[in-house]
Amino acid sequence: MDKFTTITGIAAPMPLVNIDTDMIIPKQFLKTIKRSGLGVNLFDEMRYTPDGKEIPDFVLNQPAWRESQIIVAGDNFGCGSSREHAPWALLDFGIRSVISTSFADIFYNNCFKNGILPIVLPQEAVDHLMDDARKGANARITVDLENQTVTAADGTAFAFEVDAFKKHCLLNGLDDIGLTMEKVSAIDAFEKQNAAARPWA
Amino acid sequence: MTAPNPAAPRTLYDKIWDDHVVDTSDDGTCLLYIDRHLVHEVTSPQAFEGLRMSGRKVRAPEKTIAVPDHNVPTTEGRETHIDNEESRIQVNALDKNAREFGVVYYPVTDVRQGIVHIVGPEQGWTLPGMTVVCGDSHTATHGAFGSLAHGIGTSEVEHVLATQTLIQKKSKNMKVEITGKLLPGVTAKDITLAVIGEAGTAGGTGYVIEYCGEAIRDLSMEGRMTVCNMAIEGGARAGLIAPDEKTFAYCMGRPHAPKGAKWEAAVAYWKTLFTDEGAHFDKVITIKGEDIAPVVTWGTSPEDVLPISATVPFATDFQGGKVEAAQRSIDYMGLTPGMKLTDVKVDAVFIGSCTNGRIEDLRAAAAILKGKKLAPGVRGMVVPGSGLVRLQAEEEGLAQIFTDAGFEWRLAGCSMCLGMNPDQLAPGERCAATSNRNFEGRMGRGGRTHLMSPVMAAAAAITGHLTDIRDIMAETV
Repeated sequence: MDKFTTITGIAAPMPLVNIDTDMIIPKQFLKTIKRSGLGVNLFDEMRYTPDGKEIPDFVLNQPAWRESQIIVAGDNFGCGSSREHAPWALLDFGIRSVISTSFADIFYNNCFKNGILPIVLPQEAVDHLMDDARKGANARITVDLENQTVTAADGTAFAFEVDAFKKHCLLNGLDDIGLTMEKVSAIDAFEKQNAAARPWA
Repeated sequence: MTAPNPAAPRTLYDKIWDDHVVDTSDDGTCLLYIDRHLVHEVTSPQAFEGLRMSGRKVRAPEKTIAVPDHNVPTTEGRETHIDNEESRIQVNALDKNAREFGVVYYPVTDVRQGIVHIVGPEQGWTLPGMTVVCGDSHTATHGAFGSLAHGIGTSEVEHVLATQTLIQKKSKNMKVEITGKLLPGVTAKDITLAVIGEAGTAGGTGYVIEYCGEAIRDLSMEGRMTVCNMAIEGGARAGLIAPDEKTFAYCMGRPHAPKGAKWEAAVAYWKTLFTDEGAHFDKVITIKGEDIAPVVTWGTSPEDVLPISATVPFATDFQGGKVEAAQRSIDYMGLTPGMKLTDVKVDAVFIGSCTNGRIEDLRAAAAILKGKKLAPGVRGMVVPGSGLVRLQAEEEGLAQIFTDAGFEWRLAGCSMCLGMNPDQLAPGERCAATSNRNFEGRMGRGGRTHLMSPVMAAAAAITGHLTDIRDIMAETV
């Protein structure tokens, strides 16, 4: 997994609420057995006509936001299915952070496994950053995981919360299976005790 | 973090959680043991590949149950050939992975194959007090047994395959109480949609919901599965219901349920799985059962719920970001604000999915459809949730009722609910569906989905428009 420390980049404004994982990556692209190559299909049905032409109005098709690294989104981003293809597609496109007032639980967790930082901020902060996002490259946003701040183009900094363990893994690009494997003796002990206490399980 | 005080009153969720903690870090992050891991073909290939690349094994193959469901065609001949190349590759990958890693496996040739969330309970893999995960958000279904069940991403699938644990922080407790009795024509599906309508699709974010109250107790196990299935649509990590005699009766005798002395010991433990008097809930929602009407969704979010007697809303009825979203939904769904929902014509009816693809759902729909025909120009599809549900429905004569009415009678799978196989809506086609998501393009690009109960879908099939089931019931009487 790629480390995440600090990024300064263009943010795409996507104020629509309840952007679901079917929008982020429609089901026809879930048939892959790989993790890579999904960026071209990110937001596919919002981004392309049925015959594959770009829809010019869609934000990521506009020249100002084609190089976006951040999305500033409406409430409840990533709701719906558990498909990790959603963060895979975002990452493959080049998105490293999504900022919203709220995220769906599974999507939020999936982001951290893929080097993407989802950030929850209050409505006023998201509104402020949404205004920056609308200005494209003229108002780049800085996300600093170490210091847990998002800084708007005018220098206003917004502090955000992040789970300490998730932060540690993301800052260092750690594979958490490896970390859990270090606790294998605790798992062995649990299984032994569990086999006695709940032999049917 | 301090160890839980065993004397303090605990919720059902607290109890299941406490019994599965393998390790707790200083910051409260826990390693949680997973009793059952369900696996399907779409969210697992990258996880098995990850194991292969790192030389890891599946830690507990006997607790890992694989079944193809999302991609499989629901038409005859699928045992030997799947036309779509990518689907075929994915189903074949599961076949290869299941055999290579030695996990429990129900291939498409096995009569027990079906939707993973229907197969698990049917085979007795899902039992009270367990932790159950699957790379699928509708894993919440298994909470109906008083188990802690939720969806995970593919990285977590790999983590569970390798370690039989999950790294978790505990969620908050939320109680959803449905008091009193349901009125005629109102079902488990109406309860779960009504709750989402009330709380919103993010209303449960950060919580595990315990559903309780007389109306929940009165539901059958299958009804409870329908309610818990859509906990995720309300944003909750999981939804669960305390086990009771109905739960034990459902589990008893299933192939993988315990037998003899182990059964007795299990029931004794399961009877301790309830929320203690005075346990703390961080959020409580109470709805009167008699206030719930048969409902449908009008928009493209499961929170866009209205009683069938209502009219299509105006975008300006909403506030904040929802105004734009509502307008987008109205446009996408091709509706006119102010029109009666019962005037909305449908082109297709889909009965099936992990929400409503069990035998009781088929019985309920068939009871409405008996001796009736699909309205002219409406196509109908019934997709049983498993091969065993299909067999049973055929034995009970339900399949005949559906085919006599003009429905297609299909083989088991997820089918049109997410349209990964050839079962899809055409652009603009409008469907009365018993499934769980009405998102844009969910059932096929440009397709329009109205979520509802099996009896409501059956009513729409007969009339050709969204219909109040109570009107059909009045006619029948």
